[in-house]
Amino acid sequence: MIIKQISVFVENRPGRLAEITAMIAGCGVNIRALSIADTSHFGIMRCIVDKPEVTEAVLRNAGLTVAITDVIGLRIPDCPGGLAEALKFLADKGFTVEYAYAFIEKTENDAYVVLRIDDAERAVKVLKANGYKGAEPSKQ
Amino acid sequence: MQYYNKMLETAPRHEMKALQSYNLSRTVRRIYENVPLYRRRMDEAGVKPEHIKSIDDLHLLPFTVKQDLRDTYPYGLFAVPMDQVVRLHASSGTTGKQIVVGYTENDIKMWAQCVARSLCAIGATKKDFIQISYGYGLFTGGLGLHYGAELLGAAVIPTSTGNTARQIQILRDFGSTIICSTPSYALYIIDCLKESGIPLSELKLRAGFFGAEPWTDNMRKQIEAGLNIKAYDIYGLSEITGPGVSFDCECQNGLHVNEDHFVPEIINPDTLEVLPDGEKGELVFTCITKEAFPLIRYRTRDIASITHEPCSCGRTLVRMSKPQGRSDDMLIIRGVNVFPSQIESVLLGIGETSPHYMLIVDRVNNTDTLEIQVELSREMFSSDSVKHLQELEASIRSKIDSTLGISAKVTFVEPKTLARTEGKAKRVIDKRVLI
Repeated sequence: MIIKQISVFVENRPGRLAEITAMIAGCGVNIRALSIADTSHFGIMRCIVDKPEVTEAVLRNAGLTVAITDVIGLRIPDCPGGLAEALKFLADKGFTVEYAYAFIEKTENDAYVVLRIDDAERAVKVLKANGYKGAEPSKQ
Repeated sequence: MQYYNKMLETAPRHEMKALQSYNLSRTVRRIYENVPLYRRRMDEAGVKPEHIKSIDDLHLLPFTVKQDLRDTYPYGLFAVPMDQVVRLHASSGTTGKQIVVGYTENDIKMWAQCVARSLCAIGATKKDFIQISYGYGLFTGGLGLHYGAELLGAAVIPTSTGNTARQIQILRDFGSTIICSTPSYALYIIDCLKESGIPLSELKLRAGFFGAEPWTDNMRKQIEAGLNIKAYDIYGLSEITGPGVSFDCECQNGLHVNEDHFVPEIINPDTLEVLPDGEKGELVFTCITKEAFPLIRYRTRDIASITHEPCSCGRTLVRMSKPQGRSDDMLIIRGVNVFPSQIESVLLGIGETSPHYMLIVDRVNNTDTLEIQVELSREMFSSDSVKHLQELEASIRSKIDSTLGISAKVTFVEPKTLARTEGKAKRVIDKRVLI
């Protein structure tokens, strides 16, 4: 359920995101999910990829500031209320979601949400104990 | 042409030299006895007080540099017991540590006379209303001009800096005839004046005394046109005394040095040899009348030249050119002395490694701006949250503000985006156009 997320510090300038995603593509890595947090000066590109270690090495070699973060990939029903129900569950258990983004897999009836939670390990235990399933997009 | 002290200001060269020689030899004897650093330096150079008989022997004495002021912080270079000190001023040093300078009662009087003399040379009299828009406090600008203007007998308006709308209201309502400020603040006042809709005809301003930062003849023209005044230059530095070390006269043809108190030399900053009149080099001052803090051959790091040619104002006081740059990397931003190393030490304080950075200095709407571009290191990005980076940015900003006293914009950039040069890194891009 815990998956490795790649975070990259990106300056706000035209074409920068295209360059970085091209670097990822160049080493045959597939991006499964992507989110960009932006401020007026910079952005943080966060993504779930099928080969996080390769991606990290490639981006770091290119001189970028990269962080690998443990996040939770949670499987939720692809229907109205699917996400709301999971988030309410986490809130009731006292977990705080720092950020989240969702993606849908092509062949399944489920959707996935990536959650950044401070105490990820404990959150996983609680989720699993209550029948939640993880998303493992790297093993598609 | 009016003088504050005609005898001294127009003294023949041989008389000035005799006076300087007398005061120099007295000062050297005093510092040799009272200041351990000077005694050690002179002993090392094999110079005894009795060797310094005339001002022509000045070149025998060792130089003093800003580092000496830091090494002896706070009172190691003071030449009198502290109970004779009546005032302390301070300015920032290169590593965030400030330097402190002190004055006896006589020093304050001498300083006020130097400023009164300067004001007199630009045509000021006791009938003037002098608005002092330099900062008051540890900075020598405000109080320096204040005491001189009071000694002259003028009506002094101590507005200090800031609250520009009120400054303009006072300019008009109080009938200020002379304003003293940094040249960039004068330009800012001009902009605000245009917005305020107050016509120039409602002001009685006729002259301004500007200093504490580099400015150009082009800025002088802008200020003169924008305020319909004559704009004069006043030069000084806290280490020597504050404003009034040298000053423009009405001829605006170089700054007369109050050389009966501060003896200037121009040296080659690399070879340290003394350069003749007219040659550009580093300005060095020796205080020959100060009691509390008499610096000997102090290297100002300002680049200028001097001339002994007579001025059409009748003064024989040696003239120096406007400072034309620095022989070190000090920047003057909104009148505040800033060394890149100070910013580096703040940045060092926030991470485990020294980040690469670049300082971008610009002038927007006549106000200096400072942007600090910092390459984001792996350590700084350990948490990938936006909030964390914003907190980091705010903490750098507030530390810069508290150590340097200026506000700066902090921008994180990707690693390796800042230019790397071989050898010494280029840390500053100064976009201010000082033509």
